[in-house]
Amino acid sequence: MAFDIYLLEAIINGLLLGGVLALLALGLNLIFGVIDVIWISYAELVMLGMYAVYWLHAYYGVPLVLAGFIAILGVAALGFLVHYLVISPILSSPPINQLLATGGLLFFLQAFAMLLFGNEFRNIGLRLPIIVIADMYISFARLLAFGAALLGMVALYLFLSRTFIGTAIRAVSQDREIMAIMGVDTKKVYLITSAIGGGLAGLAACLLVLQYDVHPDVGLSFGPITFMICVLGGLGRLLGGFIAAFVMSQFITIGGLYLDLEWGYVLAFVFFIGMMFWRPQGILGTRS
Amino acid sequence: MSLGAVNTGLTGARALQAAGIGVLLILPFLGGSDYFMHILIQVLIWAFIYTSWALMGRLGLVSLGHGAFMGIGAYTVVLLWNFLGITPWLGIPIGVVLAVLLALVIGFPCFRFRIVGHYFALVTLALGEVVRLTIIALRDHTGGSLGLTPNRFGDGTSWYALQFADKEYFYYIALAVWLAGLGIWVLVDRSMMRYALIAVGEDEGAAASLGIRVTVQKLRITALSAALTALGGGLYAQYLTYVNPSIVSGVTVSLHIVFAVIVGGMFTAFGPTVGALFTITLSEILRISFGAQIIGLDLSIYGLLLILFIIFLPKGILGSLQDLAAKRAREAKAD
Amino acid sequence: MLELKSVSAGYGSFQALFGVSIEVRRGEAVAVIGPNGAGKTTLMRVISGLLETTSGEIAMEGRSLLDIAPHEIVATGIGHVPENRRLFPRMTVEENLKMGAFAPAARGKYKERLAFVYDLFPAMMERRNQMAGTMSGGEQQMCAIGRALMTGPSLLLMDEPSAGLAPVIVQQVFDLVRRIRDDGYTVLIVEQNVRQVLKLVDRAYLLEAGTVKSGGTAEELLGSESLRKAYVGI
Repeated sequence: MAFDIYLLEAIINGLLLGGVLALLALGLNLIFGVIDVIWISYAELVMLGMYAVYWLHAYYGVPLVLAGFIAILGVAALGFLVHYLVISPILSSPPINQLLATGGLLFFLQAFAMLLFGNEFRNIGLRLPIIVIADMYISFARLLAFGAALLGMVALYLFLSRTFIGTAIRAVSQDREIMAIMGVDTKKVYLITSAIGGGLAGLAACLLVLQYDVHPDVGLSFGPITFMICVLGGLGRLLGGFIAAFVMSQFITIGGLYLDLEWGYVLAFVFFIGMMFWRPQGILGTRS
Repeated sequence: MSLGAVNTGLTGARALQAAGIGVLLILPFLGGSDYFMHILIQVLIWAFIYTSWALMGRLGLVSLGHGAFMGIGAYTVVLLWNFLGITPWLGIPIGVVLAVLLALVIGFPCFRFRIVGHYFALVTLALGEVVRLTIIALRDHTGGSLGLTPNRFGDGTSWYALQFADKEYFYYIALAVWLAGLGIWVLVDRSMMRYALIAVGEDEGAAASLGIRVTVQKLRITALSAALTALGGGLYAQYLTYVNPSIVSGVTVSLHIVFAVIVGGMFTAFGPTVGALFTITLSEILRISFGAQIIGLDLSIYGLLLILFIIFLPKGILGSLQDLAAKRAREAKAD
Repeated sequence: MLELKSVSAGYGSFQALFGVSIEVRRGEAVAVIGPNGAGKTTLMRVISGLLETTSGEIAMEGRSLLDIAPHEIVATGIGHVPENRRLFPRMTVEENLKMGAFAPAARGKYKERLAFVYDLFPAMMERRNQMAGTMSGGEQQMCAIGRALMTGPSLLLMDEPSAGLAPVIVQQVFDLVRRIRDDGYTVLIVEQNVRQVLKLVDRAYLLEAGTVKSGGTAEELLGSESLRKAYVGI
């Protein structure tokens, strides 16, 4: 069989897509690991971040990088509020109630975006070049997104490993109760974690808005895949989610190469369900 | 309270039920508008689907993938009719069988490996996405995200094609199915299965050591729930004479099902029905009041209410009312 | 230094402590002994705020602990070595110790105290980059004690430091406890290993079914016939 340049192109595109998915999974996993709650509405925060960049840049003419920073801060604040208003009142309820409360938030944010921004697909209108390497077409936007996602993840890694509060965030995810006798107020750690999770969603929003149109329902197109990545990697396991993101993105792009894009997703989901039966705790998870 | 009072209480409830069914039976003759009938039929079909979901949801098996079963039920009947000319009388049972098979294929490993809580919710969510995306990907037959309309048979009223120009037919079909759903709920509620599964929900290890076959019991209830949901999906497709992936499948539908049940109350027979009545009436009121002018306001309020319900009334409308009534009764007794 | 006056506490409808009164004076080592399920761990947990009391009073240096948030109790000088060590298993030894110095007041002294703990436990220095969960039970206990010392306590609560360890290691752990108390820390220790612990404390309380059955100096308790028969096995 001859060397297949399209396959290689798909693999590279999968790798680039994997970077952004890994970033999303990281935020969700961080929140789950620390607070033990899944934000079903996580992708809707990303959607709002995309709108923020779109309006600031395309409508008010704010420079793109500045618009991005504002969006990251805005979504971080939103993440803080999600925890403060929705999760913290029901922190001691069954976990499934928390999941469903954020599901209610999903409806609300979608409909609210519809209310504010309308039903149109909106594009930031930035035309980034396509890079041609050895007959392969690689989108510069994707490359940029991949690089920025990696940078974001490195920054998070340094924060989690070098600072007191970052170490405390990891510690809470391993033993919540005992943190009180270290003098750590877990409520504060939850709020900080939620804000960081929001900030990561904001960063993902900046990277996705370069590649995709914004629409109130856009979250549904990458929300579910992000949840699957997190579970596949082991809920709350940052490294596991990182690896799983690249596995799933390969299914999507290679599947999409030979069949339709939807089949790529179907393959990824079927693979996920199969993996759940083989390793229910996820690639790197341990069973509690 | 004396024994006699208990008896009158019971006969009172029976009389109320009989009167309720009587009113429902003569409702189409009271001259309600087509719109009114449309809302009623929607409430009945969705109430049936919500009841089906609650059969397993109340036992701690929170599925976020019931859109999968509904989608299979809806698309199977329409596809078989359009492409092979198979009557819905066969198409709906075939859809039900397919849904049950899927439920078993997913359920067996889930329960065998004790995938519960978050994990179960997310596995079922993935299942819902698989079905939705498969429907879209098979666009040559299913029409993709644009949806599909079953071919019209004759003048549009035919028992063979299960198509009716007048809403009364569907009203009675939906009413019968809804009543059957409640009956199944009560049967399951009374059977040992319920006690077994509640034991499972509380402590799986202990239940297993008591000789309860956890996997088998969970599979039975899941298969039942999937079957009824697929039946509801098939019926809904026949009623609307239109299906598309986002109204019968996918995450949004699955979440709507879960919410309505929670809003109504998961732990009583009429809870899901109250949920259907409440959510559908509310969204209709909001849609009529604001929908035309401001797109999204109705759903924003709807979403907000759902969050408030989960935070402040996690037992739902009916569950909370029952708690209140029980509290009143206790206080009265104390006096 | 630490005073508990008729403290009651429990989990849900289950009451574990019934009006317990104990006292720990500065510089003392005090043990709480008793059978499994007597409420010893519960006692430790109410002192450090991990569990709320239902009635009674707890005071540290005359200051009531009941109206302070759990995470602020550590600032009053109470360090807690929890039951089963409860290290953060997927973090390094040094990161575990770092968490002990999280409180704002402790953070400034982080370097200084880290040096002190490494000085006290050179083995921890050697293993500082190892994941805490991969160490042996005895080493984990060392790390847990070190982590509590990082909070800069004047009173150290130790909950069953010898539980689940091999007999040889148990002896090492008791040597550790002895060193801690010789270093001038006030120690309140919960143990099932009655004979050993009575050798290294000044006083002890006997806790049974959530109430203090008796108390006295270690010698008095060792001399008590009934206690010796029931718990010491000699």
